[in-house]
Amino acid sequence: MSSSELLQFLISGLQNGAVYALVGLGFTLVYASTGIINFAQGEFFMLGGMLAVAGVRMGLPLPLSILAAVLLSAGVGVAMERFALRPRRDSGALVLIIITIGASMVLKSLARHIFGPNEMALPAFTPGPPVLLLGAAIDRQVLWIWGLTIVAVVGLTLLYTKTKLGRAMRASSLSHDAARLMGIDTAGVVMISFGLAAALGALGGAAVAPLTQTAFDVGARAGLKGFAAAILGGLGNPIAAVVGGLVLGVLESLSVAFISSTYKDAISLVLLLAVLFLRPQGLLGKSGREKV
Amino acid sequence: MPEPLLAVTALDVGYGHVPVVREASLDVSRGEIVTIIGANGAGKSTLLKALAGLVRPTAGRVMLDGHEVTGFAPEKLVRQGLALVPEGRMLFGPMAVSENLALGAHTRRVAAEVAADLERVHTLFPVLAERSEQPAATLSGGEQQMLAIARALMSRPRILLLDEPSLGLAPKVIADIFKVLDALRADGLGILLVEQDANLALKHAQHGHVMRSGRVVMSGTAAELADNDDVRLIYLGAWHGNE
Ligand SMILES: Nc1ncnc2c1ncn2[C@@H]1O[C@H](COP(=O)(O)OP(=O)(O)O)[C@@H](O)[C@H]1O
Ligand SMILES: [Mg+2]
Repeated sequence: MSSSELLQFLISGLQNGAVYALVGLGFTLVYASTGIINFAQGEFFMLGGMLAVAGVRMGLPLPLSILAAVLLSAGVGVAMERFALRPRRDSGALVLIIITIGASMVLKSLARHIFGPNEMALPAFTPGPPVLLLGAAIDRQVLWIWGLTIVAVVGLTLLYTKTKLGRAMRASSLSHDAARLMGIDTAGVVMISFGLAAALGALGGAAVAPLTQTAFDVGARAGLKGFAAAILGGLGNPIAAVVGGLVLGVLESLSVAFISSTYKDAISLVLLLAVLFLRPQGLLGKSGREKV
Repeated sequence: MPEPLLAVTALDVGYGHVPVVREASLDVSRGEIVTIIGANGAGKSTLLKALAGLVRPTAGRVMLDGHEVTGFAPEKLVRQGLALVPEGRMLFGPMAVSENLALGAHTRRVAAEVAADLERVHTLFPVLAERSEQPAATLSGGEQQMLAIARALMSRPRILLLDEPSLGLAPKVIADIFKVLDALRADGLGILLVEQDANLALKHAQHGHVMRSGRVVMSGTAAELADNDDVRLIYLGAWHGNE
């Protein structure tokens, strides 16, 4: 294999990895504020792509369609928290997790009902020939995916470290009771986390739709990859989920290059299980959740 | 007679269907330390948690400065001027001392006032200024207790609830902390102090209550309680021959 071929695989790995990272960030955010895994996270990836396509078909300009898709998905995430999860929040983590699985089925069926069963394509954000780098061709859409991922990660980091809301979110993730004693509206923090998580997933779904097409049933696979990315990073902090996503994407891509594309999807499952068995705190995580 | 700052009347508190505190009544006025003493498991922490909104009372009434606040959520009670320094401190361990203090001021709106209060708690507990950028979890037990009190003060409370601030601390540190509590009281703060160390509590309090099995079984001035034979025998360890 030539070095430019290898580079091509690397680029495709980093392309998928960035999308896994966006979906994985959503798992991390919800986990931090609630301690639960939101198994509907993948459906927001689906909604992002499908709603953007719907917007374009309704005649909205592409950027506006994407923005509307992300905001609407965030709204669905908030509504899911407010009306499906919050009424049962004292029922324990298991019940809540099962509710998220139910919500993912509902979202998927609704999407099929509304958008139909067919694959749909979103136009490229900026059409044009691929950009050449060291003999490898990079699709312009891939640059968009990377750029949006970087913006999302930087934005999230600034939110977490520099704002009062971010500080309240970090405090709530350590202890809801202690945060409430400070006057923090922890229910509001949880709702915002769901909204942000849904927005990130939707952004990933919309950004990748021009390359891969989208359909009502793409959520489960995206959810699995994002979950693996978050677990790989240790569910601890946003940066770790991004690293987890990129590592997963590149490993998948290398497995296609050196083994066979048959095993591509198995990689995330194997990694997921290996991490859970061997290093449950993730690649970058410290052992245990930090609490006083 | 002026209205007490905190007036608790016949409060029942429980977890689920298990009643823990029964018909607890007590008052705390401005510039007064009121203590609740009693054995482990008597329900002292449960009462404080109910007053801070972490557990909902099942019956009774809580008045704060003349306004009814029974069953209010903690985030609402902080805004009304009530702060709890909880059992076990509940600091944000991985976060810096400065961030813990900033979180204490979460409800505050005026930056200049927050800055002034930060200076004040740094004067009360100079060690917190030295440790400002250290994670809270790396502080010693005494420093953590100081941080927990300072964090509560950052909300500028009118009434401060403290759950066993002396637990596990060295005598010198305890003395430092209680010196601060006395000063805060002299400044007009109302303090409700839960302590297992009844000797210590009655030395600093003006009024006291004894809790047993979820009920307030004895109330009086600190001097009365300290002189009471039952209290001396059971809580002050008179049989050891001290006092
Ligand atoms: N979260 C809880 N759930 C159920 N029971 C509790 C809980 N916390 C305390 N209790 C029970 O309430 C009683 C009083 O406990 P507590 O208020 O902590 O007493 P104290 O602070 O006086 O030691 C104890 O019997 C304890 O087992
Ligand atoms: Mg206690």
